[in-house]
Amino acid sequence: MPESVRLALVVAAKDIRAELRSRTALLSAVVFAALVLVVFNFARDPTALSATDLAPSVLWVTFALAAMLALNRAFTVERENGALDGLLLAPIPREALFAGKLLANLAFVGTVEAVTLPLFVLFFNVDLGAALPGIVAVTVLATVGFVAVGTIFSAMAVRTRFAELMLPVLLLPFMVPPLIGAVQATSRLLAGRPLSEMLGWLRLLALYDLVFVTLCTLAFSAVVDE
Amino acid sequence: MTAGAAARSIVRRGMFLTAAALLGLAAVYLLALQYTPVEARQGLAQKIFYLHVPSAWSALLAFSLVGIVSGLYLWLHDPRLDRFAASSAEVGVAFSAVMLTTGPIWAKPIWGTWWTWDARLTLTLFLFFLFVGYLALRAALQDPAERARFSAVVGILGLLLVPFIHLSVYLFRTLHPQPIVLKPSAPSLPPEMLRTLLVSTLVFTLLYVGLVTMRYGLALAEEEREEAGDAA
Repeated sequence: MPESVRLALVVAAKDIRAELRSRTALLSAVVFAALVLVVFNFARDPTALSATDLAPSVLWVTFALAAMLALNRAFTVERENGALDGLLLAPIPREALFAGKLLANLAFVGTVEAVTLPLFVLFFNVDLGAALPGIVAVTVLATVGFVAVGTIFSAMAVRTRFAELMLPVLLLPFMVPPLIGAVQATSRLLAGRPLSEMLGWLRLLALYDLVFVTLCTLAFSAVVDE
Repeated sequence: MTAGAAARSIVRRGMFLTAAALLGLAAVYLLALQYTPVEARQGLAQKIFYLHVPSAWSALLAFSLVGIVSGLYLWLHDPRLDRFAASSAEVGVAFSAVMLTTGPIWAKPIWGTWWTWDARLTLTLFLFFLFVGYLALRAALQDPAERARFSAVVGILGLLLVPFIHLSVYLFRTLHPQPIVLKPSAPSLPPEMLRTLLVSTLVFTLLYVGLVTMRYGLALAEEEREEAGDAA
């Protein structure tokens, strides 16, 4: 295993271990996602709009909001006790450090999504059926891209006074392409449409991941190094 | 204080250019109202085209330059580039506000709706939000070097976001008028309209240059003030 991959995994493992010891952030994010789903159910007029019509949007807005909360956490924990300075002093290439943070965030957001999806099926009475592997694939494709951008932005946002507000303001415009792609692909999957109908959207999601993961990895050193 | 004089002279130059552009703008109004023919189907509502299209041009010019200059900043670390990017972003937000208000005023009588989620409208709206966020981030950071690095990262990511937003919203059917000047075949406009549009675009470009120059001089003066305050 190349050294930088090993270092990235070490950083990710550190974050995941810290999270598993307290579990407060993870639990709050999961509860938050469940609450968003519940609120959505009551924010809809059941006589005018069936739950299945609204399902893809509900799922993705919930994912987006929960991810935003989760991402805020990534660097606020590093701010306390100057932990980030310690991390930066360690002989780790910045690219590996970013990759580690990204992996930890993906694990975190992925866990929240994995809990939200069954709740979504339960609350909205959606029949996933054969669409499940497709939905998981679309979720992974869409999540990787915006979590990469969110990771670098959360490193910036913690340096400001209103970090919790700054991150969504910066990140939401960047969430638009993955969200549109994911919602379109999800609604086609739920309707049982053939793969060819969503190939364009999947390509867009993959291209977004490729461009932004690369760019954020390269730009990370400009954010953390004086 | 020779440095303060430099900032003042830049601001003065910017004010001169802006004043020239505003005179030009008055000429554009005259041309639009007197010289160009009334469009057959849209009537007088079409006149807003001479302001809407050039302000969109200036906004996009401003934002593209922010992206390009941000990339250069991460490479060269020249504070002048950062100052320019900040000025250009601010002026770009102002021009896109003009674009986003003149658009609906035209759309209401012509499309019958103030707003629609058309590809181009959505793209420009998100560009507007993106750069409002960019300015908010700048305002929230104290350290000038940090502010410059962070905003350069947002600027360059923003530049790359544009094709993605465009691609993703383009797949929805577009309602916006198709390009009529910058397209492969010859412009399909009466010569009076085309000439007025070109004049107006030049005027808006000059207005962009003037406002950015002014803003740049002010940013320089602000920085010198901060440094003088730190030294004292």
